[in-house]
Amino acid sequence: MGVEELERNIIVTSLERLVNWGRKYSIWPLTFGLACCALEFMVAGSASVDMARFGSEVARPSPRQADLMIVAGTLTKKMAPMVKRIYEQMAEPKWVIAFGACACTGGIFRTYNVVQGVDQIIPVDVYVPGCPPRPESFIAALIKIQEKIEKETVRERKLISIP
Amino acid sequence: MTETRKNSILEALKGRLVSAYEFREELTLIVKKEDVRGVLRTLKETFSYDMLTDLCGVDLREPPRFAVVYHLHSMKYGDRIRVKVRVEDGDEVETVSDMWGCADWLEREAYDMFGIRFKGHPDLRRILLTDDFVGYPLRKDFPTEGYDFDRPFEVRLEEEMA
Repeated sequence: MGVEELERNIIVTSLERLVNWGRKYSIWPLTFGLACCALEFMVAGSASVDMARFGSEVARPSPRQADLMIVAGTLTKKMAPMVKRIYEQMAEPKWVIAFGACACTGGIFRTYNVVQGVDQIIPVDVYVPGCPPRPESFIAALIKIQEKIEKETVRERKLISIP
Repeated sequence: MTETRKNSILEALKGRLVSAYEFREELTLIVKKEDVRGVLRTLKETFSYDMLTDLCGVDLREPPRFAVVYHLHSMKYGDRIRVKVRVEDGDEVETVSDMWGCADWLEREAYDMFGIRFKGHPDLRRILLTDDFVGYPLRKDFPTEGYDFDRPFEVRLEEEMA
């Protein structure tokens, strides 16, 4: 192996970009669903949509190993403490997608037993409307999260807006 | 339900029924609040209604306000019977959770949704809603959105509750 060959294989970048590049293509979602929207999340992992293309196929059953929480479905007030507990158990950095009308705003359930949007209990990065949203919408949300990660700094996580 | 079985049930419970009627070959008995436990015991022990399929509350909006409905099923004869008892708001019905184990949770549900209290129940507290919930949601005068709907929801973890 000559020195010439080696030269062509060296890319100069900042550590920040390298870390973000790594994080961006290894968002491990948490296996977690609350209602019918979770089925769309399953489809997102199947062959026709295949979120493995974006490095997110490794769904983790343990919150300790997951980076992305997809709140897919209706969040009842009884379930809210458990969801908050799971969110707190996830290691930083972590991201949240509110998937579906119920997770975004409570949806059709303007009732006494449903939390009117998961952002009342945990911070949300991307909202996906729809009842239920198509799996393509999930992929779009995943790409939005990737765009967000690109702009983040390693030392501190601050509020980032994406167009 | 056969005619002979129906007649023997009505004969055995004579004097303890407010009324009884038949619909689609199934018998419904309406009993007084004081008699409900005795009637259900007779149905279970003498007529082998060994399974309590459902126990539910009804808000009828006319005095006496509520009804508790017991749906019984006989494994041996393969027929069903319904027992209804009317109760006023604040009244207590005697529990049947010692006769049918499943009545424990069903009575808790009736208490949770209607506020009907069951005397002698081992653990009468809310089952579907949170312990700090205000009101009884299946009552007809309960607003669908509940109380304090516009206030932000505060989540409390288990260790914060104590």
